Amino acid sequence: MATENKNLSALLNPLSKDNPVIVQILGICSCLAVTAKLEPACVMGISVIAVLAFANVIISLIRNTIPTNIRIIVQLVVVAGLVVIVNQLLIAYQYDVSKQLSVFVSLIVTNCILMGRLEAFAMGNKPWPSFLDGIGNGAGYAIILIIVAFFRELLGCGTLWGVQVIPQYCYDHGYANNGLMILPPMALIVTGCIIWAHRSVNKDLQE
Amino acid sequence: MKGMNKQSNVYTIIYIIVLVVVVGAALAFTSLGLKSRQQENINADKMKQILASVHITPAKDSITADFNRYITRSIVVNDRGEEIEGNAFDINTADEAKKPAGERALPVYECTIAHGDVKYILPINGAGLWGPIWGYVAIDADGSTVYGAYFAHQGETPGLGAEIEKPAFSNQFEGKHMFKDGKFLPVAVVKTGQAPANGEDYVDGISGGTITSKGVGSMIDNCIGAYSQFLKNISER
Repeated sequence: MATENKNLSALLNPLSKDNPVIVQILGICSCLAVTAKLEPACVMGISVIAVLAFANVIISLIRNTIPTNIRIIVQLVVVAGLVVIVNQLLIAYQYDVSKQLSVFVSLIVTNCILMGRLEAFAMGNKPWPSFLDGIGNGAGYAIILIIVAFFRELLGCGTLWGVQVIPQYCYDHGYANNGLMILPPMALIVTGCIIWAHRSVNKDLQE
Repeated sequence: MKGMNKQSNVYTIIYIIVLVVVVGAALAFTSLGLKSRQQENINADKMKQILASVHITPAKDSITADFNRYITRSIVVNDRGEEIEGNAFDINTADEAKKPAGERALPVYECTIAHGDVKYILPINGAGLWGPIWGYVAIDADGSTVYGAYFAHQGETPGLGAEIEKPAFSNQFEGKHMFKDGKFLPVAVVKTGQAPANGEDYVDGISGGTITSKGVGSMIDNCIGAYSQFLKNISER
C-alpha cells in the first residue's frame, strides 16, 4: 500500500504541487519558444514525455552499474540518443510539425527537467516508479505548454489547432488579433499569470 | 557485477565505450530505417513549394502526382541560357547561388497550367536577417512578366521579416516585369512610398523587416540575374 501511494504521487505530484515548469521553473526556454500554436506545443509535450519516461527507465535499469564520476555523461548520452531518435521519427512521420519545432526538439537534450529527474529520481529508484515519474513530469510540462499555447493561439491568431474560432463577425466590428501574443515575451507573461493563479490557489507554495 | 571495482579507471572507460557503441548502433539503425521516408517528405515539401509559386495547392496525398502533372519538363541551364546536363530537382540551389554566375547550374521547371500556358519556375536563394531565405518565381512565356512568387524563410522575426512568406507580400510580384525596354532590370523591393532610381518595377518591402526585405531584393538580383540570358532567349522564341 505504501509503495502504491509512492508510485501514485510520483505520477501525480508533478502535475500540480510539484510542477516542473510553474513550481520548479525548469524548461522555461522551450516553453516560451514553441507555444505560439497548439499543434507544435502538443507534439513538443508528447516528445518530452516520451524522452523523459524512457530515459528514466533506462537510467534506472543501469543505475547500479554507472560509475559515479561519469554519471552525468552517461545520462547525457542516453538522453541525446533518445532525442535524436524522436527527432528522426518526427521528420519521417510529422514533417510539417518538425519544421515548426526546428531546433527545439534537439534542444530537449539541454532541458533542465530531464537532467533534474534523471539525477534526482531515476538514479535512486526502481524502473517502474521512474517510468511513472517520467510520465508525470513530462505531462506536467506538457499541460503548461498546452495552456500557454491555447491562449497565445486564440488571442494571437484567432484560431485553435489551425481552425478559425473567432467569427468573422467580430473582425467586422473592429476586433483585431493581438500580434504581441505571437512573440516570445507574451509566453513569459502568460506563464507568469499561470504561476500567479496556481499560487493563489495553493497557498502553501507562496514564499 | 559484485566484486568489481566500479570506480576504477578501466571499468569507467570500458563502460563508456560500450554505452556509446550501443547508443551509436541504435541511432544508425533508426537513421537507416527512416531515411527513405524522410527523403520522401523532404521532396514532397520541395514540390509543394515549387507548385505554390504558380498558385497550385496540392492535397496532402497527391503532391507527387500533381507535381508530375503540372511540371511537364525540368531542365538545367547555365548563365548563357544553354541547356546542360543534370537533374534539376536534385540541384542544391542554395550552394549554387553562392558561386559566381558563370559556374552555376541553374534549374528551370516548366509548368503547364490550364489552357496550355507555359510558366518558367526559377528557384531563388539568399540570406535574410537571421538565416537563409529562399523562394520560387514563376515567369510567363514572354520571359519577363512575373506570374507568381513564393517565399520562405528559416527563422526571420515573426510578424516582421517572417511576413515575406505571406501571400500579402508575394502577391505584389504578380504582373511585374523583369525586363524594361529590352534591358534586364529585376523587380526591386523598396521602402513603402519610395521608388527605385532606375525605373524598374518594384514592390513594397515589409515595414520593420527592412533587412529581410533587402535580402529578398538582392536574392532576386543575384539569382534571377543569372537567368537573364535564358529569359531573353525564351522571349525571342
